[in-house]
Amino acid sequence: METLSAVLVEPFVAIAEAPMFFFEVLIGGLLSGVMYALVALGFVLIFKASGVFNFAQGAMVLFAALFFVGFIDLGWPIWLSLVVTVGVMVLLALVIERAVLRPLVNQDPIILFMATIGITFFLDGFGQTLWGSDVRRLDIGIPDDPLIVAGLYVNQFDIYAAVICGLLVLGLALFFQFTPTGRALRAVADDHQAAMSVGVPLNVIWAIVWTVAGIVGLVAGIMWGAKLGVQFNLALIALKALPVLILGGFTSVPGAIVGGLIIGAGEKVAEVFWGEVLGGAIEDWFAYMLAMVFLLFRPQGLFGEKIIERV
Amino acid sequence: MMNRRQTLGLAAGAIAFGAMPLRLHAQENAQFIPSLVYRTGPYGPNGEPFANGAADYYTLINARDGGINGVEIVFEECDTQYNNDKGVECYERLKNKGPTGAAVFSPLSTGITYALIERARADKIPIFSMGYGRTDASYGAVFPHVFTAPATYWSQATSLIQYVAAQEGGLEALEGKKIALVYHDSAYGKEPIRTLEALAERFGYKLSLFPVAHPGLEQKATWLKVGRQVRPDWVLMWGWGVMNSTAIKEAAAVGFPMERFIGNWWSGSENDVTPAGDAAIGYKSANFHGAGATWPVHEDIFKHVYDAGKGAGKRERVGEVLYNRGVTNAMIVVEAIRTAQEIHGNKPLTGWQVRDGFENLDLSAERLTELGLADFMQPIKLSCEDHEGGGSVYVQQWDGKTWKRVSDWIPPMRDVVWPMIKESALAYAKEKGITPRSCT
Repeated sequence: METLSAVLVEPFVAIAEAPMFFFEVLIGGLLSGVMYALVALGFVLIFKASGVFNFAQGAMVLFAALFFVGFIDLGWPIWLSLVVTVGVMVLLALVIERAVLRPLVNQDPIILFMATIGITFFLDGFGQTLWGSDVRRLDIGIPDDPLIVAGLYVNQFDIYAAVICGLLVLGLALFFQFTPTGRALRAVADDHQAAMSVGVPLNVIWAIVWTVAGIVGLVAGIMWGAKLGVQFNLALIALKALPVLILGGFTSVPGAIVGGLIIGAGEKVAEVFWGEVLGGAIEDWFAYMLAMVFLLFRPQGLFGEKIIERV
Repeated sequence: MMNRRQTLGLAAGAIAFGAMPLRLHAQENAQFIPSLVYRTGPYGPNGEPFANGAADYYTLINARDGGINGVEIVFEECDTQYNNDKGVECYERLKNKGPTGAAVFSPLSTGITYALIERARADKIPIFSMGYGRTDASYGAVFPHVFTAPATYWSQATSLIQYVAAQEGGLEALEGKKIALVYHDSAYGKEPIRTLEALAERFGYKLSLFPVAHPGLEQKATWLKVGRQVRPDWVLMWGWGVMNSTAIKEAAAVGFPMERFIGNWWSGSENDVTPAGDAAIGYKSANFHGAGATWPVHEDIFKHVYDAGKGAGKRERVGEVLYNRGVTNAMIVVEAIRTAQEIHGNKPLTGWQVRDGFENLDLSAERLTELGLADFMQPIKLSCEDHEGGGSVYVQQWDGKTWKRVSDWIPPMRDVVWPMIKESALAYAKEKGITPRSCT
């Protein structure tokens, strides 16, 4: 009875007694969710265009951040470091397309998935071989002092991150909707063979989509690197994106955003108000549990495409 | 008729075969010391400076002194990635290497220490878990082969509470204060809880616990609760790796004063404060050895190791907190072997013979001065019963560039810790069917 009360009554009493604190947690969670969505976007782009679950997305985030901060540490200005790192990510996309994906055209998705695991090991090792495994500080000038808005505590850094993520999504939406390349990407995502039959070059599209995913990884790497320092652990933030993908659907950009917001807010509220009674440190597994509950009702995720196969 | 390639291959094989007896002969008078390290994986940034410090010290002993009383040190690293399975694999791979097998294992992980304790007991190899591992293994009657010098988590917890009390105006002033523990949700992070709870009962402070899931990338919920709801007077942290720097940033983000935020000795390296930038200024942590490259031993390391091109890491990182911890670990191992040689002779020793050296280790202030480490750490004297030996720590504070000592050495509350250690060790012995040996 006591346990039931601790789970079903006391947290709600705590919320009712301190609504402002609840809103602080909620806003903090939503802003964290935006950071998760930033990582999830990279997965969505590649899965959408090629049906490949890119296990290496986390490694790409680390790889991009290592180059960016490495160039800055060499004394280069931020803008130049950014431009050159984008160049590195374009080069990486071309190499992956040529050396890994092209030889595996028409292979099962699981083969391509295994190939991305190989890419992960390579990127983790190669990036750290070049730049070392030291923790590197990345200061891009975003303030992270606490801000009190209408009596509510908000972290400035998270607000900047949300704005940057919003701009990124807007840019991607415009790219997909209004450019010939974007339309070609959507065509490939709908049906590879049909797209190829009307002259869409699959290899070029794959290189483009890996480039875009690499640039999204760079943005995620910069934001997370500024938050945590650039270090091996950046590769692990992919784990925070997985429940977002499960919830939002693997093929939907809006799904990644909405999924991120739900996961971020859900795990933070759960940790603060239910954490103690459930043993603490619940936010990681809670995110997966939340995603699993959604799966029971919508196996394709909130915005994923429902696959109907006729026999 | 052999072609050119086959001829070259045969020649190379012959050279290698010919060199083998020489190499084996060279190693016959060598003491093999395995190094379980982690230069890769999520905790690699912290494991690397430790590994470099240990490697450089062993290299120094060989280069400057010709080994330990003429016995060359041969050491081999095995990367565990701070992973228990890999730690056990490394142990099995290295335990029989060298002419007399492994001298001692330093697992560099509480989890791996737990996994190895009974294996090492069966294999008669000592375990030296310096500043980590099972605190109750300090009781030598039950754990004759485990050494925890110079301090354990339980001792450290009592020292930190004494430091907090001193800032508040005495132990009596702790009554009614709120102290939070933010900890890595693992065997390591949970170690101090029992001690802090016992002290809370004794001194009347309220203890709040905040576990953080591995690896600790996201702590916003934890710190909102700490900084905006519980609002403790002091926060202690038992963190590791990225958890530390994230905690410092999140603490600053909720406006928690850094002067009242104290990490344990695994939460107080340059890696923990650098990513947080200016937000980390004022942050404190415990330590049981010096920080910086200002001791004579560092001069020797520069002269005999780095100037000779044998350094394991970057010259400019010599003297960082975790580098110095690696040096400390290696120095204690070397001194234990030296002590064991006094008992068993100047020759390569087995693990169990090295164990005798640990148990009779007397690292006095004079000896530390001879080693170029005066006031670097507190003296250590081990015995059959007491495998911890000292337990004192000091508190250091980050000023934005370096760690500064802000307290004297704080000895542990032995009257609190030692009965708990004995009780826990004896319960372990009962559970495992171990008959404690007599230390009288």
